[in-house]
Amino acid sequence: MREDVERVADVGLDEPIKKLTPERIEKTVNHVLDNECAARLKVYLDTCVRCGLCAEACHTYLSRDKDPMFAPVSKVKNTIWELVKRKGKVDGEFIRNMAQIAFTECGACRRCSMYCPFGIDISYLIMTARRICALLDVVPQYLQDTTNSHAATSNQMWVQQDEWIDTLQWQEEDALLEIPTARIPLEKEGADIMYSVIAPEPKILAQLLGNIAIIMRVAGLDWTMPATDGWDNSNMAMYSGDFEIMGRVERLHWETAARLKVKKIVMGECGHAFRGAVYDGPRWLGWQFPPIQMVHAIEFYYDLISTGKIKIKQKIKEHVTVQDPCNTVRGRGLGDKLRYIIDATCEKFTDMAPNQEHNYCCAAGGGVINCGPPWKRSRMISNRIKAEQIERTGADIVITPCHNCHSGIEDIIGHYKLGKHVKFISEILMETMEIPDEMRGEGA
Amino acid sequence: MYEFSRGPLVWIAFAVFFGGSLYRIISTIIQSKKDKVVLPYMKWKFSLRSIMHWIMPLGSVNMRMRPAFTIFSFLFHICLLATPLLTLGHVVLFKESWGFDWWTLPAGLSTVMTLFVICGGILFGLRRIADPTVRLVSSFSDFVLLAIVLGPFITGLLAYFQVFEYQTIIILHMWSGALWLCVVPFTRMVHMIMFPLTRGYMGCEFGYVRNARDW
Repeated sequence: MREDVERVADVGLDEPIKKLTPERIEKTVNHVLDNECAARLKVYLDTCVRCGLCAEACHTYLSRDKDPMFAPVSKVKNTIWELVKRKGKVDGEFIRNMAQIAFTECGACRRCSMYCPFGIDISYLIMTARRICALLDVVPQYLQDTTNSHAATSNQMWVQQDEWIDTLQWQEEDALLEIPTARIPLEKEGADIMYSVIAPEPKILAQLLGNIAIIMRVAGLDWTMPATDGWDNSNMAMYSGDFEIMGRVERLHWETAARLKVKKIVMGECGHAFRGAVYDGPRWLGWQFPPIQMVHAIEFYYDLISTGKIKIKQKIKEHVTVQDPCNTVRGRGLGDKLRYIIDATCEKFTDMAPNQEHNYCCAAGGGVINCGPPWKRSRMISNRIKAEQIERTGADIVITPCHNCHSGIEDIIGHYKLGKHVKFISEILMETMEIPDEMRGEGA
Repeated sequence: MYEFSRGPLVWIAFAVFFGGSLYRIISTIIQSKKDKVVLPYMKWKFSLRSIMHWIMPLGSVNMRMRPAFTIFSFLFHICLLATPLLTLGHVVLFKESWGFDWWTLPAGLSTVMTLFVICGGILFGLRRIADPTVRLVSSFSDFVLLAIVLGPFITGLLAYFQVFEYQTIIILHMWSGALWLCVVPFTRMVHMIMFPLTRGYMGCEFGYVRNARDW
């Protein structure tokens, strides 16, 4: 029973429920169920035959020794089913429990939809639960902080505009050491490409920005980055259930690209940001598809390598495997292009099993890792299966073009003592790509 | 009683079944408009592609993970739908009433298929109890529904072999069959009608929008 599931203390959940009144809960629940949901909710609730075939899809279920409480259908039962059945007449403790399930035990990776014979979008139902929690202010504290940051700064890590520009200039200087003509062009109107990153890059992984300056220079591309807010669309608000903020972040991002009159946006190695920009954001804003073409880094690097804009000088020799991110492989079908890049840059590659669309979730995405340190232990337990899957490949390096997969798998490697490294594609390219001698000498 | 069961009851049952099903389909489409993000992304090609993979035995990864269960489940559903439609006794009634008939199953095969449905249904019921996940999410209504599903098959078999008093059993058979038809649109048996819609929509979300497979 649910009582057996460890209760983790989180100020973002424990404090707000003390202030909830039954009236507020009922009103909020029914507002969401009646006004924000329609056909999908009703049909999904009526159609589910409780067959349990979704269970085997879920990494939390598999990692926790097939504990039935962690099967996708059980998560829906303990959240949305109950809310509908009791017409929102539930107490604060129920909402808290719902928040724990929806925010920390499901990564909205959608693998279960591929295992449900009816294709029920279970992740949508869980997101509806999150939406209700968000409107009741019951959101894990760390996750809510990222949403607050989006509200105030538009990016998820409280990066101020001067820090942003300063970091880009610092990274440009670092890139200059490699190629004297490398640049990070800011606010270049009419450039071919706007390159989008997420806040962890300037905040904690700044060298990735320097890397992209070098890659863009080698490929000879006309690109730019905004100097204003609107550069980060990682959009944790999408996962905290604050769709109003989610919409604002996406709108600003697209408007920034429109202001710069770029031909397309290249999204860095992040899955959430891609999902937010291409799917959730436009839909919230009432657009069927994004107004400007956006390609994910996988597609971008695939194009650069396959058209010869980037040449590979020397493949890396270490044994590698690849983690397919949900939002770009299950969510965009880029699995084959990802493997093309790996084949072009690595000598020894062993695929994970299962792989491609059927890969297990990293257990970090979908806002789960953003729930922060209180939930790390639970997150580690919830992805033993990933540790086993990585271990089976025998690889030394896990390549993944997604920030969440990257951080999540690093945590798993540490927790399960796998002794492996995680790398982005751009890091692999930095090791393998040919930088012409004349380019190194340019401007010297 | 027999006359009522043989006449008006059948009409009522079919009216509720077809009317209810139509109502569910139309209301779902109207509700989909309110959902806004459903209909603009629906494309026949991707809907059908997904549906094809899921109505083909072993056409999806999940089915291949459990081949025995898949084959069993497919046979159960095929027998469940085909047996009543192709049983000689039923077709004869159509012939008498409306003057047309169609191909029927040999009596022996009908019996075997009916037995398969009954045993299959019981096994599904046992699975509901034995599998911890399914047990957790099952309620009493799931068992009632299963009983409703099996009702016409059990009474049909009894009537065919003339166990107990035929007249009573055949009336029970007709009423349980009518109940079967009537509950489809309004219980979880609606999955029979909704399957193409939910599957088709997901097929498009994966195939048309996301360029990925959902099987």
